[in-house]
Formats: sequence, structure tokens, C-alpha cells
Amino acid sequence: MNIVPTRTFTQKYHVKTVVWLTLFILLVIGTAKMTGVDFIMFFANFGQFTALLQQMAKPDWQYTSLVVQPILETIQMALIGTTVGTLVAIPFSVLAARNIVKNKFLRGIIRFILNLVRTLPDLMLAALFVAIVGIGPVAGVFTLAIFSFGMISKLFYEAIETIDEGPLEALQAAGANKIQMVVFAVIPQVFNYFVSYFLYTFEINVRASTVLGYLGAGGIGVYLQRSLDQFAYGQTAIIILGILMVVLIIDGVSNTLRERLL
Amino acid sequence: MKQLTVSNSTLQFKRYKWLFWVAIVLVIYIWGITGVHFTGIKDSAGEVSRSIAYGIFHPDWKYVYDGSGEDLVSLILQTLAMAFLGTFISAILSVPFAFWAARTGKPRFHVRSTSGKLVLTLIRTFPEIVLAIMFIKAVGPGSFAGVLAVSIHSIGMLGKLFSESIENMDFGPSEALMSSGGNRAQTLVFATLPTVLPEFLSYTLYRFEIAVRSASILGMVGAGGIGTPLLFAIQTRTWSRVGIILLGIIITVTLIDYISGTLRKRLV
Repeated sequence: MNIVPTRTFTQKYHVKTVVWLTLFILLVIGTAKMTGVDFIMFFANFGQFTALLQQMAKPDWQYTSLVVQPILETIQMALIGTTVGTLVAIPFSVLAARNIVKNKFLRGIIRFILNLVRTLPDLMLAALFVAIVGIGPVAGVFTLAIFSFGMISKLFYEAIETIDEGPLEALQAAGANKIQMVVFAVIPQVFNYFVSYFLYTFEINVRASTVLGYLGAGGIGVYLQRSLDQFAYGQTAIIILGILMVVLIIDGVSNTLRERLL
Repeated sequence: MKQLTVSNSTLQFKRYKWLFWVAIVLVIYIWGITGVHFTGIKDSAGEVSRSIAYGIFHPDWKYVYDGSGEDLVSLILQTLAMAFLGTFISAILSVPFAFWAARTGKPRFHVRSTSGKLVLTLIRTFPEIVLAIMFIKAVGPGSFAGVLAVSIHSIGMLGKLFSESIENMDFGPSEALMSSGGNRAQTLVFATLPTVLPEFLSYTLYRFEIAVRSASILGMVGAGGIGTPLLFAIQTRTWSRVGIILLGIIITVTLIDYISGTLRKRLV
């Protein structure tokens, strides 16, 4: 005799799903109220938006020659910032790796610091550093250094944690100290990953550095802000096109290099 | 004999290949270092950093909640609301983009998917701040502009991740439905969407984490949220106010990351 499986009340009427869905819809409505979402106004003012897009569709080509230098400066900022951040991140990532530092307490403190640094958004760091060191690319370099430090140290310690323990044990058995172990067993194994992550962070930093100048931290962002303030949207279009090209080129080069490395 | 010399020279070339790379890297770095004009650090740098450190350790606790709607808690809630709604809208908008860009079993170059991928890359590279400024022109300063900026900018990344999960999905269920006579719409609703939904949700949560960070700075250009008072506090050098806002952002981001991480682990 076949027994028809019975479903409980909650299963039959999908109570769980309904409750979650209701909560979700309430959340959407609540947040929409909170942020003052008004799509009627949006579509009523849509003309202004399209007018702006039309202005941007007529790029001011004469502006191109002025944009080249700040874009190069942006790349240089990103390069130096990423390098400084990486150099600082290396010792921290070694100290945060589970298989190198067995002391749970020390590791915990280092990871806590790294987590704190990672929560800080890039533009906020830029605003702080402009206040500290003054307007100019130096503020941008500091910002990108801190920003890439947080990101790269996490990627690095995760790479270190995946290494093969064999060489480490062999060196330890042969009487090597901690530093020798890192130099001869850890670095050769993770070097390619490090370079790949460095390039990846550099890509992200190039993207980030294009807007840092908006708050005065050097590079193309300064020109971006100027053109937007002067309502010179033809110039804005040129700057955005320039940023697009640079980001695409850097991404392409870095992707090719990374594919060859790994 | 000749063979031997040839292989010898290629060997020599291989041995010194690293020199070539070192030279390239050196040239790039010399170019980089000479390019950034060291404008110098302001004399007040030490003093300002001390005041910032002082402000961070002596935060302005009165700012946390004063019931005016312009305090830390309300503005952080507003930031979260911007990120949530923006990500929600963007997740819905991303689905058609994802199907546009997904390459399923076709040769390497395919007009539809390649054009879709290109559009997604363009959206991704368009700076979010500029997008926010453009929306401010349309709807006025405030968090609605921020919501719009987040929802359009996130399409770039979500669309890409979604299309990749469509490319990598298991085609068994959709083939089964098609062979039993299901039409395209039925295959989509009963096979494709249920297969990719958990991954879509997981990516959306991940994007929400990123959106919280970016929503917290969108206010710096006037698009609502905690960014506006933060920039104001930095510019007026009210470091105790900066300290409390920084604390607020750090705590919020950490909490959201933790909650979303736990949820994502349960999803996939």
C-alpha cells in the first residue's frame, strides 16, 4: 500500500518563504521611503539627464592634448602607491599567515588591524590625506598605499597559507631559522602569486586613482572635477574616454601577464 | 655540431631572460618616480595627524544619536538603505544583461555575447562618482541620486558575474525540459533560473558589501548618506566628529561583511 507523504502546515502553505518575502518587500518599501525614491520625478526630469548625455556625446577633442599628462600622472601615482603598499604588506602578510606564525594572539592582532584598514573606503582616505599632507599627488600616493596595503596583505596571507608544507619542514629539520625558512621555502613558492596579485591590485588602483583627484589628491580626477564644476561636459567626456582607454589597456596588459604567470 | 650551438645560444638567451624583465621593470619605475612631482608635505602634517589620532580616540559621542535625523545612526541607516535598494534594483537590471553577455557553447567570438561583455565593461569603468553627479543633475542632491548611481554602476560587475555563472551552469535540467517539449520560456523559468538563483543571490550579497562602502563615500559629492557630514567634518577640521563617523563606518562595514559572509556560506 502506498502512503501519500503528508506535508505539515508550514510546508503546505510555504510559510517560511512567504514570511521572508513579506519581510523583504517591507524592507524594499522602507528603504525606498528612507532614501526618498521618487521615480515620477526621475522620469519628469529625465529630459535634463538626456540633455547632459547629449552634451557629453559631443566630446571636446581639442582638450585631448591637455588630458594626456594628468592621465600619465594618475598611472604613476597608482604604480608608486601600489608598490609602497605591497612592500609594507609583505611583512604583515607573513605575520598573519597561519602556517608561519603559530602564535594565535599575535596573528589575531595583525588580522584585526588588516580588517580595520580594509573597511576604509578609498575616497575617505583621500579626503583625510589631503587634509594631512595637502593637495597634490602625494596625498593620492599615500591613499593608494594604504588602500592597496589592506587589500594585498589579505591576498598574500591567503596565498602563503596554501603553500606546500614539505619544504618548510625540510628546512626546519635541517636547522634553519624562521627568516631562512621564509626566504628559501615560502618566497619561491608564492612569488608568482604575489606578482599576479600585485598586478591585480594595480589594476584596481588605476581605476580608483582616476577619481581620487576629485578631492584634490592629484591625477586626472582634478581635471574631472574642474570640468564638471564648469559644466564643460564635452571635456568631461574626453576625460572619461581617456580613463576608459587607460583602464582597458592596463587591464589587458595585466591580464595577459597574469595568465602567463600562473 | 651546428644544432648544438643553436641550442646553446637559446639556452644562453633563456638564462639571461630575467635581466630583460628586470630592465623593463626598472625603466617603468624610473618613469613612475620621476613623474610624481613631490609637492612636499605640509608643515602642519604632524600636528594634523596628531589631532586626527586624538579625535579618533576622543570621538564626539553626542553625535551618535540626537533625534534630529542628521545624526550618525540615521545617516548610516540611510547609507545602508541606499546600498540595499541600489543593489536590489541593480540585481534585477543585471539579469537581462547577463543573458545578453553569456556565451553558451558558441565559438570564441560571438556578436551577441561579445557586444554584451563590452557594454558591461564600459559600465564598470565609468566612474561611480561621475554617475552620481550626473544623477544629481537629474533628481537633485540627496540619497535618491545615490541609489540610482549604485544601481547603474553595480550592473557592470553583477552582470559580469551573473553571465559567468550562466556560462558555467549545469545544462542538464534545461536539456531535460527541452526534450520533454518545454518551450524557451518554460525552460528559462523552471530550469535555468532555479539552477543559477543561489549563485545570483550570493553574488548580489557580495555586491551589497561593496555597495555599502561606496554608498558611504557617495555623499562626498552630495548624493546622500554619511559621506556628506564626513567631508564637512574633515574640511572644518572637527576631528572628534571625523573620529565618530570613522568608527561608525568601520563598525557598520565589519558587521555587514560578517552577516553577508555567513549568509553566503549558507547559500552556496
